Amino acid sequence: MSAVAGNIPSSAAAARLQNWRRGLYRFRQSWLSVVGLAIVVLLLVAAIAGPWLVPYPEHVAGGINTGARFKPPSAQHWFGTNELGQDVLSLVVAGSRVSLLAGLAVVTLAAIVGTVVGAVAGYVGRWVDEALMRFTDLMLTLPSLILAMAVAAALGPGIANMVFAIVLSWWPGFARLVRGEVMARKEEVYVQAARALGASAPRILFRHILPNIVSPIIVKASLDMGFAILTVASLGFVGIGVKPPTPEWGVLLSLARGYLPDYWWTAIFPGCAIFLAVFAFNLLGDGLRDVLDPRARR
Amino acid sequence: MLRYTLRRIVLLIPVLVGLSLLVFTISHLLPGDPVKLAAGPQATQADIDSLARELGMDKPLPVQYWNYATGLVRGDWGQSVLTRRPVWDDLKVFLPATLELVFAALAFAVIVGIPAGLLSGVYANRWPDYLSRVVSLGAISMPRFFLGLILQLVFAMALGWLPLGGRFPIIDEPPPALTGFLTIDALAAGQFGAFWVALQHLAMPAIAMSLSPLATITRMMRASTIEVLQQDYVLTERALGLSQKLIVFKYVLKNAMTSSLTVIGLYVGWLLGGTVLVETVFDWPGIGLYATKAIVSQDFMPVMGVTLAIGTIFILSNLVVDLLYGLLNPKVRYE
Repeated sequence: MSAVAGNIPSSAAAARLQNWRRGLYRFRQSWLSVVGLAIVVLLLVAAIAGPWLVPYPEHVAGGINTGARFKPPSAQHWFGTNELGQDVLSLVVAGSRVSLLAGLAVVTLAAIVGTVVGAVAGYVGRWVDEALMRFTDLMLTLPSLILAMAVAAALGPGIANMVFAIVLSWWPGFARLVRGEVMARKEEVYVQAARALGASAPRILFRHILPNIVSPIIVKASLDMGFAILTVASLGFVGIGVKPPTPEWGVLLSLARGYLPDYWWTAIFPGCAIFLAVFAFNLLGDGLRDVLDPRARR
Repeated sequence: MLRYTLRRIVLLIPVLVGLSLLVFTISHLLPGDPVKLAAGPQATQADIDSLARELGMDKPLPVQYWNYATGLVRGDWGQSVLTRRPVWDDLKVFLPATLELVFAALAFAVIVGIPAGLLSGVYANRWPDYLSRVVSLGAISMPRFFLGLILQLVFAMALGWLPLGGRFPIIDEPPPALTGFLTIDALAAGQFGAFWVALQHLAMPAIAMSLSPLATITRMMRASTIEVLQQDYVLTERALGLSQKLIVFKYVLKNAMTSSLTVIGLYVGWLLGGTVLVETVFDWPGIGLYATKAIVSQDFMPVMGVTLAIGTIFILSNLVVDLLYGLLNPKVRYE
């Protein structure tokens, strides 16, 4: 008896401690996502205002300076110069535009396609669901990078073709997520009420259910953003999709490969840019999940 | 269990048929004329037409698919224009190289990830935990090809400890082929020197490949360690005076088995398709490099072959993991 009584305050203290720890933990989590957000904002600024910010805008446009080839990092060229004498810093900053734009396009389009497929499958059910989801599962078994490479190569160079190729293997993830969410919502009272009032299926789906499942879609999109940027850079690295002289991080890295180890700065800075962008979006995505999707909170 | 296993195996058939149909359809929807490409740049329209007849490409699409699918079953996966060899023979050469890379990467991920996750969980919210969490967050954000380049820069170019790329020195005689895994073949033949050489070639690409599974396994181990340490039975044991070390080994490591298995199952197929970049960086003669070369030269048959092979292995590894779950964890029930 006394043991139990003695336990109560200590367990309450333990609970308080745990709560306090959890709060601290979450704070730190959000602190990291603030860092992620800061980097993402910087990247956005670079992507939007890049042409006015870079020290050598003429190099971004394809201009070369054969007199200044392979200059190591210095006050004039913070990131050094490449095999064409172009300022690496200017190219890396300009590369943010291609990466962010392509990444955003991939995630947005994949989210739209996936949402439509998943919503129809989840709401209509029966054989439509069965057919759409078996197809989705099959798409998920294909090696996504090889599929994207093959499609992008067949369609020819260009950012739009590359984005299309990546979206082709990207939407199934969204479809599965949305299907699950729609199925969970479609028997809820407000949906039944709408149905009883005679609302049509598309109206119920798009006006009543979808607005309620926007959060998980946004969370997934933000978590996917980093990997979409990574995929874009990967395609550039293997020489499919974006072609030089477009300053794209993967392209810059693959061009620099041939000049290792002597001219390491031509490779290290574009590589770090890819890492930083992916890292930032991962941090931001984690933070957004904690805020928008409390069920997934750890 | 047996009935469940059999049913799952029978259910594979429609999935594999669907996979082959999907690959066939996608390859025919894409622009580009494989026949024209196979005939060569000097070919006249008559040459192309006769080659199309020869390859059966003039037939209606359903007939073409039927021929392709029945060919797959017979081991006829088409011909590569680039290597001028049957795709099946190429796959037999290149697939083991990629599988060896994938398994080495997974082994590295498990060996490093389990202790890292364990430490993270035991020391939750103290510095070993922060360190391993930051490293694992960084690991999933790190482009594999960039890490590969950095490893090359440091360990091959600057320090000269490891070979820059390739799988085995071209001038040396590789160990007699048995499994196609050079390391295992060398050990089987008792050639320890060759084993060491093969392992040196394997090290950097395998580490570069292991990033994502390493991060995942560390996170999973961390989560499961924290969960287990909060269980009532662990509290009881601790109250009975068992040491923390013993509890960790007794309960937490048991979970390590299932989480590694999950990661391995999740990642075998995924890594197989993701070796492309690492194989490009390290000139590793696997299916990724094979597929890349075929894609760049619009050589359709090898691309379809690689895609199908990876898809099939993905499906099979998922099945094996599902079945193994039942063996490892009696709580998993089968309908």
